[in-house]
Amino acid sequence: MSVLVVVERQPGAVDELSLQAVTFARALADGAPVHALVVGAHADSVTPTLGEHGVTTVHVAEDEVFASYAPLAVARATAELAGRLRATAVVAAGSERGNEVLAHLGALLDLPLAANCVEATSGDPARVTRLRWGGSLLEEADLHGDVKLLTVAPHAVSATHAPVADTSVERFAPQLSDADRVIRVSARTQAATGGVSLAEAKVVVSSGRGAGSAEGFGIIEELADLLGGAVGCSRAVTMAGWRPHTDQVGQTGTKIAPDLYIACGISGATQHMAGCKGAKAILAVNTDPDAPILASADYAVIGDLHEVVPAISAELRKARGA
Amino acid sequence: MNVLVCVKRVPLTGGRIVLTDDAQAIATQHLGFTISPHEECGVEEAVRLVEQSGGESVVLTLGPAEAEEQLRDAMALGIDRAIHLVTGGDEWDPQGTAAAIVETIEAERPAGVEYDLIVFGNESADAGGYQVGIRVAHALGLPVATGLKGVVVSDGSVRCEQEVPGGRDVFVLPLPAVVTVKEGLNFPRYPSVPGRMRAQRKPVAVRSPDAVSPRLAKVRLVSPPGQKKEAEILGHGPEAAPRVIEVLQKIGVA
Repeated sequence: MSVLVVVERQPGAVDELSLQAVTFARALADGAPVHALVVGAHADSVTPTLGEHGVTTVHVAEDEVFASYAPLAVARATAELAGRLRATAVVAAGSERGNEVLAHLGALLDLPLAANCVEATSGDPARVTRLRWGGSLLEEADLHGDVKLLTVAPHAVSATHAPVADTSVERFAPQLSDADRVIRVSARTQAATGGVSLAEAKVVVSSGRGAGSAEGFGIIEELADLLGGAVGCSRAVTMAGWRPHTDQVGQTGTKIAPDLYIACGISGATQHMAGCKGAKAILAVNTDPDAPILASADYAVIGDLHEVVPAISAELRKARGA
Repeated sequence: MNVLVCVKRVPLTGGRIVLTDDAQAIATQHLGFTISPHEECGVEEAVRLVEQSGGESVVLTLGPAEAEEQLRDAMALGIDRAIHLVTGGDEWDPQGTAAAIVETIEAERPAGVEYDLIVFGNESADAGGYQVGIRVAHALGLPVATGLKGVVVSDGSVRCEQEVPGGRDVFVLPLPAVVTVKEGLNFPRYPSVPGRMRAQRKPVAVRSPDAVSPRLAKVRLVSPPGQKKEAEILGHGPEAAPRVIEVLQKIGVA
């Protein structure tokens, strides 16, 4: 038996979530070989990193279609390789692309797929624990099929080292049809840059319906600027048209992971909390001491955000001697 | 063009999720129901595409009898007709769901119904399987692009835009095609009173697909452990500001 991991690359490195998937796969393989699939030119540059994380063989699929992202072609290459290796499981990161490629693979092989797993045991069926509701709820499920297909929820495990002495590299040219090549990225448009990216901000200051209006976000923007952070908001705010959807934190908005999340006038609906559970600390400003968000917050100020937030900004300026 | 949009009835969960005693579902006796925000944008996109270029917009759901509410909601926004694949209330796994949708689309073909675009949410709000749209595309032999925040149809193709760090990746697929979309694709309209009244008279075709044994079989639902925290109250009102600054300094973000 063996386990195959579909690995995503960032420029010059292995994607962190893919290293987590490799670590997860190692536990699932329970001593059996862990193989990795990478696609595209120079893909084997990641071999040393994968070897440090316990990959015994790196398989490089080569074809001109892999010059840009082509999910069906990656799935076709994965299917071919998994068959040749007689893999008992195929694992990928629970990223947008990992989930997409494995869904294609599930369709190609007519096998079930368990997305965003946090635990899995080998066996038939395999018992998995996976995320529901963006992580607000867990599901234990039985995963059937000759080959177990699963993706690993982001940050369910930390990537750890388990060095392999001599990781080998094998190249192959997968059999691809014209239809496999149709689904590929043909262009990339650049986003207008400006401000701090919400997903990568060290501090996020956000508000909900409690802001009262689009203008009510002035004090939120002021505090975010002072802290060098980004402005976020709840879904109620984007539905009201006060802020663009790109500012929305939540299950169907942006998932954030700041050092501090300052949530002002946000009740803490599960839809919202699914987007900010990556925050290292949460400070809630709320008039209601029983608001659900207080059950997830590390710190709280009980009071009206319209009074509290300007007071924090003023105190911050004072502390800086400005 | 003809557009099919597929949606799923899910509870409006609010602040805290409570499970039924058998841990098979969320206790919903005090909850309303809705569809995923991704799917709301899918419904809006279907209505807009048909407003612009003519044809027919259709909404489909697989779910219990009560899911007719979500079909009427979609028709109140301008969808022309609905298809309801009625289940006994048990949840279907992604493969079973996709197979029932494919069977329905194929059953409509002899009557001359062909869809140019089939729209799904990127993932359902509850199960989050990330796969039904892709499985339907494969079964019908159609191309599919996922996670889209831009969908532009022209000259027999669809330009699909996916948000990625730093910009958008563009896929161009020939029609017919399947797309899965995300919230932020558009700004969904609110239903009007006349729209709600018209929706009551629009047709809902009912089918009863045979349930198949799930291959991803739910055993039980579990609340995530250890999330409940005891927040440290820094104070009440603006007088709490100095304590807040101390915390900001301690965390290292002041």
